[in-house]
Amino acid sequence: MLERGEIANSWRHERWDSLRLLTPNWLNRLPGHSYQGPDPDGYLTMGEVVEFIEHFAVASAAPVRTGTNVESLRRDGDGYLVSTSRGDLRCRAVVLASGACNVPTVPAISAGVPTSVAQLTPFDYRGPDHVAEGGVLVVGASATGVQLAAELQRAGRQVILAAGEHVRMPRVYRGRDVLWWMDASGVWDQRYDEVDDLTRARRLPSPQLVGTPERSTLDLNALTGLGVELVGRLAAVRDGSALFSGGLRNVCSLADLKMRRLLAGFDEWARTTGRDAEVGPPEEFAPTTVAASTRLRLDLRGGDVGTIVWATGFRPDYRWLDVPVVDEKGRLRHEGGVLDSPGLYALGLPLLRRRRSTFISGVEDDARAVVDHLAKHLPASAG
Amino acid sequence: MSGVDNGVNVQALLDAREVLKGAPEAAQFVWRATSKWEKGVHSTTTIQKYFGLGQEQSHKTRAEFSADHPEVFAAEDNGITPIEYLLVGLASCLTAGVASVAQNRGIQLRSVSSTVEGSHDIRGILGADSDVRNGFNDIKVTFNIDADASKEDIQALVAQSQKRSAVFDALTNPTDVTVEVA
Repeated sequence: MLERGEIANSWRHERWDSLRLLTPNWLNRLPGHSYQGPDPDGYLTMGEVVEFIEHFAVASAAPVRTGTNVESLRRDGDGYLVSTSRGDLRCRAVVLASGACNVPTVPAISAGVPTSVAQLTPFDYRGPDHVAEGGVLVVGASATGVQLAAELQRAGRQVILAAGEHVRMPRVYRGRDVLWWMDASGVWDQRYDEVDDLTRARRLPSPQLVGTPERSTLDLNALTGLGVELVGRLAAVRDGSALFSGGLRNVCSLADLKMRRLLAGFDEWARTTGRDAEVGPPEEFAPTTVAASTRLRLDLRGGDVGTIVWATGFRPDYRWLDVPVVDEKGRLRHEGGVLDSPGLYALGLPLLRRRRSTFISGVEDDARAVVDHLAKHLPASAG
Repeated sequence: MSGVDNGVNVQALLDAREVLKGAPEAAQFVWRATSKWEKGVHSTTTIQKYFGLGQEQSHKTRAEFSADHPEVFAAEDNGITPIEYLLVGLASCLTAGVASVAQNRGIQLRSVSSTVEGSHDIRGILGADSDVRNGFNDIKVTFNIDADASKEDIQALVAQSQKRSAVFDALTNPTDVTVEVA
């Protein structure tokens, strides 16, 4: 196992200070390794995640070579040549487990932002104290965007949140964590070859969730309650002004409808499987409130906003991968983790094999399937 | 889904989506209109040809649209006001979307009607107040839909129709517009 930095490197160095896992502790299952602490319904801080992964590395006796950066990977005979910062390796099979979030995505329109406004990505952001004075425009309303918007607003900054299509969820539904429902009802076990539109499902933004001791919901209504101003998707930056879509109401309607459909599916599952008694009564959530008139234009030179935070997603970085398995949008082409290059595999990508693939508890089943395939490949390539 | 017929060939659209995924150049369309001044603020705009699927295309017939201003603007009212054409575009685009999405979701429509209202402060175009914009301040669309579906499913139809609407996008997001003298 090659690790460019330390064990759990991205959790150590590429996360903001206040972040906690979105999954409750009891759900962080790795093979033979699960949470044993006093708070199964809580959410690990970043320091605790690092410890959890370090413990697993020891418990599983994983042969991790830290401080070993892969600089290129190319085919070599019937195997692969891996060039690293600590020398070359030859191997018959490779599993790419470098993740889907190597680089923050920043839209090209950021080039038009006046130099007087600071621009941050989630990789740059540590906490409100490190953000320049003044208001903040947070672009993007996935888990990252809503968490940073809430934290900055609570720290006394006026936050404007630009929201496109997003995934709304309550933190707790009928007394259970919403991810308990995902896990128990089988939504997370839905396979990649059962999903209607796989491309879209793999690109779905992360749900508007936050892990807090209070298990509170952080949807757009909660942000409005904190004083955050909601605007539509950031569509353009022109002549020093940010221009927002007038379609906010519809993306909120879509998110409300999809959330209600998801929860109705949970209700149906609980009813038909006889689980109604172990959960609370069905709950309804108010539709997302959108102001009668939302701002369409923000003068970035006017001084209202000192910083823009681009919470516009992440992408993988395969510049080191010299095997033609990357599509025109920079994503790996694969069939349930099996790449179109013999002996090359992937793990830990959105909906790689199941909806749970990118969560800690998702890797076990995926790894079994991928390793089964790999094990069959090895004898075939031997010689 | 069998027996549902809203008159939309959804299969052809789904097939086109698959084909164009692998052929983005064929998906590049150019829609064209030519316009001629008549007299006063009256003009006639003609539409017939467009470009798409890699070649010149033509509508079955040539369509002509007269635009003018109403008598309250001291004009002759030979046609609707240009900004009203935006309402025509929005209503027809969203309606087409409702029918297509309904067909795709197996929902039989019995009737679909809508009212589109654009609020317009004409002090902008008259130059009476430089703080007032020229275009619509806001637009409100109200659909009345009779269909074999729950209220929630109908709301979802209308939401999805907006999500995939060309005119809704063109009105709610800025577009780069170049106007030149040939």
